[in-house]
Amino acid sequence: MSSINRRYDFVYLFDVADGNPNGDPDAGNLPRIDPETNQGLVTDVCLKRKIRNFVAMAKGETPGFDIYMTERAVLNRQHRRSYEALGIAPESKKLPKDRGDEITAWMCRNFYDIRTFGAVMTTDVNAGQVRGPVQIAFARSVEPVMPIEVSITRSSVTNEKDAERKDREMGRKHIVPYGLYRAHGYISGRLANDEKKGTGFSEEDLALFWQALEQMFDHDRSAARGEMAARKLIVFEHESDLGNAPASALFERVTVKRRRPNGSLQDPEGAPLNGGAREPLPPARSFSDYAVVVDRENLPRGVSLHERL
Amino acid sequence: MSYGVALHVWGERACFTRPEMKVERVSYDVMTPSAARGILEAIHWKPAIRWVVDRIHVLKPVRFESIRRNEVGHRISEVSVARAMKARSTEGLALAVEDDRQQRAATVLKDVAYVIEAHFEMVPGRIGPEDSEGKHLDMFRRRATKGQCFHRPCLGVREFAADFALVEGDLPSPHPTLLEDPWRDRDLGLMLLDIDFANGRRPKFFRAHLRNGVVSVPRLDAPEVRG
Repeated sequence: MSSINRRYDFVYLFDVADGNPNGDPDAGNLPRIDPETNQGLVTDVCLKRKIRNFVAMAKGETPGFDIYMTERAVLNRQHRRSYEALGIAPESKKLPKDRGDEITAWMCRNFYDIRTFGAVMTTDVNAGQVRGPVQIAFARSVEPVMPIEVSITRSSVTNEKDAERKDREMGRKHIVPYGLYRAHGYISGRLANDEKKGTGFSEEDLALFWQALEQMFDHDRSAARGEMAARKLIVFEHESDLGNAPASALFERVTVKRRRPNGSLQDPEGAPLNGGAREPLPPARSFSDYAVVVDRENLPRGVSLHERL
Repeated sequence: MSYGVALHVWGERACFTRPEMKVERVSYDVMTPSAARGILEAIHWKPAIRWVVDRIHVLKPVRFESIRRNEVGHRISEVSVARAMKARSTEGLALAVEDDRQQRAATVLKDVAYVIEAHFEMVPGRIGPEDSEGKHLDMFRRRATKGQCFHRPCLGVREFAADFALVEGDLPSPHPTLLEDPWRDRDLGLMLLDIDFANGRRPKFFRAHLRNGVVSVPRLDAPEVRG
């Protein structure tokens, strides 16, 4: 497979209903919140974890699609069959100075997450640091979210000693009733195809990456997450690997509006579009309370827009 | 000969990690010259040129936020990779994150915007027949104008992507609240200037002063630079 030779910038919208999309270890696992705006946050690493998990699940033990940063629960690697390393047999007697690049290249070839997100390998000076082509920023909810603490009970106890005192225990869950989150991502063509710095991230890898974004929440169900779903994936494809337009200008083409009961649209801040009285809206509780508006007119030359979801 | 450029960069968050507090990362108050250089290099760089940052304009009030995340505690070891290459198998090479989890807080900057004033110099010994100042300046300007980049520049760490625009004509004016802000004039203390890669990767520091919203950056070999 050949490396990608284009730049991509993407807007990714996903939502959560009655769940905790990303707990904050600093706040007793409450959903992450921007304290100034009360918008919900989901970190880049949280999304990358789900992408890794999806790829591990989808590709199983396909050579070249190993995941370096594994989660125990996802893969049981103890029983993996060993396999023949791809392509050129490694030469282990090269000079140490050249080894760094060789090791890096081998890791890129074998591990999908290293090819995609990069990795820091070894403590060597220049040898083993890879920047992957894919870069994801924090996701932020379109409107402020209101986390709710839900107390739950369990009709059994943990140990014998507790059983003497009580017959049930209480616990807590933190949920966001509804939140629509928006993340921005960047894929550098040059960090994939550059002779020296490229990781070899290929067209096949890219297709798998889009698939992961589209489907990863469907395979990440848990009691804590509630219902999460990918809602929109809007990809700006540049004709060249350096890109043809500033990412910030492209991202501005995707706006999220609130839908009023009568169907007309309004900015999330409450300011009505096209004049008219300011109308407070009931809190959003489903994706149908929002409308994603994509401006496809007069795209910069060399940029095409794909709405994948 | 050298040619100057001015680049406006901004983003939602930034973390220019202080080296003395890098386990639980704490950002410097403003962008470091080495981070500014990295942003310029993300847009255009060739071995024939060297970016030198002259001034950094701070356009927004300095504000912080704390973020705690689960991180892994180890790097990939060269020895185990070499062993796996020899065995031609990736078995057992992966890192199980549950076994190696560290929770780390980061104190990061919020809502930042800067103007980087910089110029580049030709590197003696690396100049090829096709390299000229004009060519590299044009390439940088063309790329910055069109939003092109080798890779997406970032504000200290990769999860905080930077937006950028070439400044032509007047510099963007600072945020209105900054005009009366005491932050416009301030001693920022000792700050990382850059890493001296030519001399064993030695970190170099300088005494950073914010004067009327601008940090003037000394050259790496200036007498006041320490380290």
